[in-house]
Amino acid sequence: MENIAPQLYTLLVFMVIGSIVAVETKNLLSAVISVSAVGFALSVAFLFMGAPDIAITQLVVEVLVLIILIRGTILLDNTAVETHRDTLAVVASLIFFGLLLGFGAMIFGSKGFPEFGEPLMRVSRVYVQTGLPATHAANIVTSVILDFRAYDTLGEVTVLFTSVIGALALLRKDGKVREEEVASV
Amino acid sequence: MNGMTIIVKTITDFVAAFIVVFGAYIVLYGHLTPGGGFAGGVIIACAFILLMLAHGRDVAFARLPEKAAHIMDSSGALAFLLIGWVGVTGGFFFLNVFGRGDMFRLLSSGMILPLNIAIAFKVGSSLFLVFAALAMFRRRSFRAMIEEELS
Repeated sequence: MENIAPQLYTLLVFMVIGSIVAVETKNLLSAVISVSAVGFALSVAFLFMGAPDIAITQLVVEVLVLIILIRGTILLDNTAVETHRDTLAVVASLIFFGLLLGFGAMIFGSKGFPEFGEPLMRVSRVYVQTGLPATHAANIVTSVILDFRAYDTLGEVTVLFTSVIGALALLRKDGKVREEEVASV
Repeated sequence: MNGMTIIVKTITDFVAAFIVVFGAYIVLYGHLTPGGGFAGGVIIACAFILLMLAHGRDVAFARLPEKAAHIMDSSGALAFLLIGWVGVTGGFFFLNVFGRGDMFRLLSSGMILPLNIAIAFKVGSSLFLVFAALAMFRRRSFRAMIEEELS
């Protein structure tokens, strides 16, 4: 595999800048567009790393979320956000960021990062080696998520099902009763 | 909401069917090429969302009625569970008991293809429903809605 570090670092810097813009900007629409720019850069990064499955899913979901968020944003009357920052929240996030760096140094500091494409977990080696003969699925990603780990995917489907039912129950128009009507009944 | 200009409507009529075909390809070949049920389902949902954006709610609901989307949503989730239970006949939940077939053929790798199709139905129809619910919700202005609630 050729060296892809320069491309990845460029994308990473772009994503960091995009995230900072999304957090700091006062306009809601600009924030939505910056978040989407970060998502699209992430999908390009996945393509560079040789993960087209995740790149496709990321791209498609990003398009859908962008449509929904822009529709939701432009119909609002007031798109400017008032940000008043909580000191406690800032301190807490700084502490958690420090903890993240500390634990990362504890784990990877002595041994260094694993080689690209060399998984840390032993179980994934088995999946990579026996994926094709065991399932006859040419796409290793599908063989993992729908055969070796189909039970996890069942949980994912359940989460999606529950959230859709919740969204429809909250946003529905039919069957909604006003409070006074409830009182009169 | 009567949709967008005639240019957008015409292009949408041309493109929407091809988007559905591409989504079906992503779903059906998910075990051979990149993609799968989730990505393909979202692409199919995007085709109907495009219809809804360009033509308005009524045209989109004429192509895919709300009732049908509800049924597809629930039956996709149930089908996923049922395919998992079929594996119990071989000993374990989600055991791949179907024939695995020849490698690199469309009809291969046992239960992965039906699971992909079930996920595609589920994801596609549920995302379409969420977008439809949001479109209905947004028909009135947000502020008018809040004022109505408060009064």
